[in-house]
Amino acid sequence: MLTISTGNNAVAAAVREAKPAVVAAYPITPQTEIVEQIANFVTNGSLKSSYIPVESEHSAMAACIGASITGVRTFTATSSHGLLYMQEMVNWAAGARLPIVMANVNRALGPGWNVWAEHTDSLQSRDTGWLQVYVATVQEAYDATLMAFRIAEDRRVYLPVMVNLDGFALSHITQQLEEVKAGDFIPPLVLDHKIDTDNPGGYGCMTSSVDYVRIRYDIERSMRDSVSVIRETEEEFAKRFGRSYSWTDNYRCDDAEILVLSMGTLGKEAEVAIDLLRKEGIKVGSMRLRWLRPFPDLDLRDRELVVIDRNYSFGFGGILAGSIRAKTGKECYNVIAGLGGQEVTYHDIASFVRNRKIGTEEWFGVKA
Amino acid sequence: MYEIRLHSRGGQGGVTAAKLMALAAFRDGKYATAAPFYGAERRGAPIVSFIRIDDEPIKIYSQIHQPDLVVVLDPSIIDLVNVFDGLKPDGKVLINAPSVPESVKKYQAYAVDLTGIALKTNLVVAGSPILNTPVIGALAKMGLFSRESARTAITEMFADERNLNAAMMAYEELVI
Repeated sequence: MLTISTGNNAVAAAVREAKPAVVAAYPITPQTEIVEQIANFVTNGSLKSSYIPVESEHSAMAACIGASITGVRTFTATSSHGLLYMQEMVNWAAGARLPIVMANVNRALGPGWNVWAEHTDSLQSRDTGWLQVYVATVQEAYDATLMAFRIAEDRRVYLPVMVNLDGFALSHITQQLEEVKAGDFIPPLVLDHKIDTDNPGGYGCMTSSVDYVRIRYDIERSMRDSVSVIRETEEEFAKRFGRSYSWTDNYRCDDAEILVLSMGTLGKEAEVAIDLLRKEGIKVGSMRLRWLRPFPDLDLRDRELVVIDRNYSFGFGGILAGSIRAKTGKECYNVIAGLGGQEVTYHDIASFVRNRKIGTEEWFGVKA
Repeated sequence: MYEIRLHSRGGQGGVTAAKLMALAAFRDGKYATAAPFYGAERRGAPIVSFIRIDDEPIKIYSQIHQPDLVVVLDPSIIDLVNVFDGLKPDGKVLINAPSVPESVKKYQAYAVDLTGIALKTNLVVAGSPILNTPVIGALAKMGLFSRESARTAITEMFADERNLNAAMMAYEELVI
């Protein structure tokens, strides 16, 4: 069915289609609409889930962990301070190998108090063992949420997946949406290590370094295995539902001599900048990173890179630029832009490209 | 691409009006986005929404600085905010008022008494006249989308037929 929807309602609609047995959540701006809508679905009977309105985000993730370990599908959603508040449990969920799916509506961190888009919140979870995907349209928010369940629950992965969408810019925008019938695209969850009361075992026991190291390495092995699971899932999704996704969303990259790399909605706005620059004769393309964990192999060749970071690691630099530098050894022009919902237009992005100085960092809107 | 900036006060239904505009354009077979700009404001404060309509998918998420059309649901905002900022030279204005105010006459402006229509059709909730559905009728008259798509959008979103009645009354009353 083709309709219109906000980003938040698209996530909720995908969750209804994925039919989690348990949803535990706490509302926070700008995520509230997701859990509100799921609560509506549970109330009107269109989603048969146990909805647990918990008293904090820490409890939301704890409840998902408790439910997931019994072998049922679970979902929660949060944002910003909510994600940070549940951080201990976020780590636990991955360590316990639980295929929880969470939507995080990217929002800046206070103080100053700010409810608008920024990626520093979810990037503080990048070392937890969660898979992370960043989306840029209402349709992609829906599709990525559906795929997240299948990826997380695959036996080769058994790791939680975080679907990230920009606060307000995407969570509250209305665009067209085509919902699908998931059918057997998401098979029933079979969790090999679920609690089995007939064969009691220990969970979360004190572990010596000998086993601990193996357990941690096993997370990394599954993270690497998730690469093929993601590819298979996205290919199967395209085959069934006609929409293709990959590690990056590339726009006019083939003959590009300059690449603009970014995440989230800025990556779509960048495509308009690319068209503008191409008219000026500048051979440039846009590469929007969708997956941050696992971090994809990037086809950068010898091109000049302009990396837009809607985040910052103090004392270090933009996190995307730093990741690209670490993974590829390539320098870039790093623009810190869009923090706290700062407006970045395609004209601004075009000027980043025109004024690029490879090997330097610039904060958009700040006079040094 | 046709770009519309909608000015209203928090609680007047501007955000819903923006969604309805996108839905009506979408039912016309167009691509459309509606993006409310949320500031720190709350109920009663001036707020703004951005609506884009195009034949191609829309990739712009930033604000609209040079609108083709400015819609003002609450004329008292004109004294507080420069609602005409960046309006294209051939841009249009639709204002909720019995007639075009003197200060707005320098623009290609149209007036329709949405508040009066809401009161006449008893489209009142908690003492406040509802403006978000009547404005859709007026915008259909201005050619933003077809009257049929306006009707479809409103009935898809609202079961209460007072909404459609008010919209159709606005369609009839607006003189183009």
